[in-house]
Amino acid sequence: MEFFERFAIPHPSAPIYASMVAIALTIVAIIAGLTYFKKWGYLWREWLTTVDHKRIGIMYLISALLMLFRGGVDALMMRAQLAVPDNKLLDAQHYNEVFTTHGVVMIIFMAMPFIMALMNFVVPLQIGARDVAFPRLNALSFWLFFMGAMLFNISFVVGGSPDAGWTSYFPLAGNEFSTSVGSNYYMIAIQIAGLGTLMTGINFITTIFKMRAPGMTLMKMPMFTWSALITNAIIVFAFPVLTVALAMGTMDRLFGTHFFTTNNGGMDMLWANLFWVWGHPEVYILILPAFGIYSEVISTFARRNLYGYKSMVVSMVLISFMSFLVWVHHFFTMGQGALTNSIFSITTMAIAVPTGIKIFNWLFTLYKGKIEITTPMLYALLFIPLFTIGGVTGVMLGMSAADYQYHNTMFLVAHFHMVIIPGVVFAMLAGLTYWWPKMFGFMLNERLGKLAAWVIGISTLVAFMPMFFSGLDGQARRMYTYSASTGFGPLNMISFVGAIGLAVGFAIIVYNVYYSVRYASRDIGADPWNARTLEWATHSPVPEYNFAIVPHVKSAEALWDAKKKRHILFQGDYEKIHMPNNSGVPFIMSSIFFVWGFAMIFSMWAVAIIATIGIFACMAHRSVEIDHGRYISVRKIEETETKLRGAK
Amino acid sequence: MKLDHSLPLEYRTEEGQLKILGFWIFLGAEIMLFGTLFASYFTLVDRVGSGPSGAEIFEITPVLIETLVLLTSSFTIGLGIHAMRLGRKKAMLSFFAITLLLGLAFLGVEIYEFVHYVHIGAGLQTSAFTAILLTTLGTHGLHVTFGLFWGLFILLQVKKRGLTPETANKSFIFSLYWHFLDVVWIFIFSFVYLKGMM
Amino acid sequence: MSLIFTIFTVLTGCEPLLVLDPKGPQAQVQANDIKTSIIIMSFIVIAVFTILAIMLFKYRASKQNKDYEPPHIEGNVWVETICVGIPIIIVAFLSFMSVKSNYAVEAAPNGYGNKEPLVIYAASSNWKWHFSYPEEKIETVNYVYIPTDRPVEFKLYSYGPITSFWIPQLAGQKYAMADMVNTLHLAADVPGEYMGRNANFSGKGFAENTFNVKAMPQKEFDEWVDEVKDTAKPLTEEKFTELLEPGHLGQSTYTGTHLGFMPPPEGENGGHNHGSNGGDKNMEQHQPNETDSKTEHEHH
Repeated sequence: MEFFERFAIPHPSAPIYASMVAIALTIVAIIAGLTYFKKWGYLWREWLTTVDHKRIGIMYLISALLMLFRGGVDALMMRAQLAVPDNKLLDAQHYNEVFTTHGVVMIIFMAMPFIMALMNFVVPLQIGARDVAFPRLNALSFWLFFMGAMLFNISFVVGGSPDAGWTSYFPLAGNEFSTSVGSNYYMIAIQIAGLGTLMTGINFITTIFKMRAPGMTLMKMPMFTWSALITNAIIVFAFPVLTVALAMGTMDRLFGTHFFTTNNGGMDMLWANLFWVWGHPEVYILILPAFGIYSEVISTFARRNLYGYKSMVVSMVLISFMSFLVWVHHFFTMGQGALTNSIFSITTMAIAVPTGIKIFNWLFTLYKGKIEITTPMLYALLFIPLFTIGGVTGVMLGMSAADYQYHNTMFLVAHFHMVIIPGVVFAMLAGLTYWWPKMFGFMLNERLGKLAAWVIGISTLVAFMPMFFSGLDGQARRMYTYSASTGFGPLNMISFVGAIGLAVGFAIIVYNVYYSVRYASRDIGADPWNARTLEWATHSPVPEYNFAIVPHVKSAEALWDAKKKRHILFQGDYEKIHMPNNSGVPFIMSSIFFVWGFAMIFSMWAVAIIATIGIFACMAHRSVEIDHGRYISVRKIEETETKLRGAK
Repeated sequence: MKLDHSLPLEYRTEEGQLKILGFWIFLGAEIMLFGTLFASYFTLVDRVGSGPSGAEIFEITPVLIETLVLLTSSFTIGLGIHAMRLGRKKAMLSFFAITLLLGLAFLGVEIYEFVHYVHIGAGLQTSAFTAILLTTLGTHGLHVTFGLFWGLFILLQVKKRGLTPETANKSFIFSLYWHFLDVVWIFIFSFVYLKGMM
Repeated sequence: MSLIFTIFTVLTGCEPLLVLDPKGPQAQVQANDIKTSIIIMSFIVIAVFTILAIMLFKYRASKQNKDYEPPHIEGNVWVETICVGIPIIIVAFLSFMSVKSNYAVEAAPNGYGNKEPLVIYAASSNWKWHFSYPEEKIETVNYVYIPTDRPVEFKLYSYGPITSFWIPQLAGQKYAMADMVNTLHLAADVPGEYMGRNANFSGKGFAENTFNVKAMPQKEFDEWVDEVKDTAKPLTEEKFTELLEPGHLGQSTYTGTHLGFMPPPEGENGGHNHGSNGGDKNMEQHQPNETDSKTEHEHH
């Protein structure tokens, strides 16, 4: 019995049991459905073993949306608990687990795969490539992320969720104060997903450097590709820091080392430093692709070229450098003294300058434009004012002395939600709506889309503006309850209303997907938005080889040149196309990683060792394997092209 | 497959070029990884708790042997790649084999060193200092171990398949990895051992 | 922005927000920074909103000729110089303010420089605050009395997770950690009761990890100290260990402090056996030696 006891939930409650049942039923339903419709083979051949960047992108997208749902439910539970004083909906332990998983899920398992989804799908198309540099590595990246996410998500039904906050500060997250396996899940699951992210970084930098269409110099890349390049550069330099920090945390928890403990020389401040040396660049890993998306969307629907292309690039490069020089502002109050604080206060506020340049460039892109307000454009136009509020409060937080008052309060929570939701989430929704026809061959309904955008935009304000005030009134973050005498009640009630509004907004998007799948026209052509970049030059949905003929490019707006300046994109005849083979190894290897992670979390060493051997066996297999890929014949290309053209 | 014969064998296919660039970027990530370990080491080096300090446990002899062996192996793998470019498969294989043997010797001495540390009461759990010391050395050691297996696989492939653009590409990338481990060791030697013994 | 601000102020019940209602010089510095930066930032927000509104108003497709073809505009050096220049000026100004304020809050409170500070050791344990008065040789749990018109130095450390010591109306936060002592300077200008809490998440009992602060004139404070010395029980090592057990306790008062038998971590910035920088002067000065506190116990 003892063996099984550790898998039990330390703090069970009715909703957790309900979720257990729900998860079990869902798994049964999926397995039964796949078997009944005989789709196992299809699933394996077309999805689990695929190395196609478009399909991997779509799988990232599905995972991100699932995780958005999970993180969103966490958020609703939190806002419901705080809606009235002295609420008993959740107890302290449960609330702590909920805000911890909310943070981790939203940042690592929702926002990250969302940007990965769009980067995967769009970047190779935008640079006129047939796939990424290392397609199989790409599949491995996805499956590692996916297994990490699944591992993290089973924590609340097996063994207990992490409960030390998404920052997981030691010594709170150490064995002494966090006795359940929750924090083990945190360390291991994020580690596995992080490895996948690092590989993506390497993959995309190589892809963008080496696989651009002829004529596309670096300064002729679309802005989203530029943002992807810089983001991946940040990934490559930031994620190893997280890898080390998590490894040290794991060793503290599993092997009794003293990196971050309170005795034998351990140093809790080291964790905080390492975490934020990764954590702050991570913020820019999320926001830069978002900026890239806005650049594409605003320029497309203002029907104008992007204003200040060069300064956009320069500002992104500056942001990426500076993002590594500001981490101390996450703990001005740690007592490092006025000098250190002053230096980091200045670097923090300085980073607002390149960000400001971008805002003004977007505004001037509208100048003399012919603005058409579509759903993606609406998100972009809502983003500018809301993000400005989030941004300027960030400058305020950067003032170190004043930060002594903002730190750890709802003011901070309000700030980063006002940055991340308009900045990242709106961008993801804009990008999703914008590229949806390219992914699936039909458009999402515009009326429902705009309605959702308005509901989400307004609800964001309603949910998060009150927090600025309750923060200044002394409400600390992460408090599971407060007494009526504090007077926080009305403000938190408003926030709760806003949270419900956000939920309604996302529900409208889900309905929109359902509605559009059923009723939207499939006859949309390659370029339904009248856009400017290469991804719109091939068919929707995209054939597996992306472009039948490699495009030739003259400017950052290749398709626009083709439409307006009679530039010829595709010259020459069809040639046979080299494509990579599918492989089951990434999926299998990642599944073994899942087993390895689970075994590590529960200290089942024998299983962990066997899994480790399994992982290395997969690598050995890869080393000796001979795989030269396959060719798509000219005849096959002709057939596909005729068929797709007919669908126009 | 397009082949550009003006380039060295390992760069001849497009895929090969991608892999070499990708690997350089990976080494960038590795630099950050070891950089973080070094930064943590310098932060924790004086936090010895009730355990021993570096000066009390470091011994110069095994460290010198390790350094000598690893530096030599970096030289021999360089010779191996040179032989590969001249198309001399046999010479290349011999140099690779010597490299791997030297790597094995390094690993042997390092294992001895670890056992010794644990024996004199400087185990993983002793203090923050011993933990970061053994983690930094151990991460490098694990890289070497991984390299031994990887190198062996490449050696066998070259032996069986001959010098093709693919095997040459793999060998070249492996040599980059091996040189990198050598550079990391030079840092460990200077800033962990020498500085610790002074 | 200001409209929203007014609406919310009304909603919070017309009372000023705690942080913007400072009762001491340190919190005053911070409140000034906050208010100034809100005003400056409002200009930026208004500028962005205005430009956006103008652009949307003038350049909507529906307002334009069907054949209108937007021009290709690369950028303009002057416009971009302005867009960089003005933010740089603003950031430079705010940086200047930030640095000045940071040095101010890290030093003795303005106007109190010449007065001898009262040193109080504030240690957190799950989920309580222990206040030791080394000079007065008394200790309180979950409440702290301070004299007005006299600078107070809180020496912060923790028996457990990182906590953050915060009295919004008197001063901003500072962390209390297990392996170093942080100093928080503050002073109360006016007598009154203030809310204090741990602002940094520290586990299950975090929400209730609060304490009361009462500021009173020096005379009253001295009377209180005397009263405590007459009535309170001594703090023994055994009793203190019991107090450290995780949980919530009400307020309590003791004579003697735990500083003797369970001294705070060494050094201002160091951990165990780590660069003590010649030791912290205040601590050497105020930390009673073991015999002192023992005799104290025997007296009562």
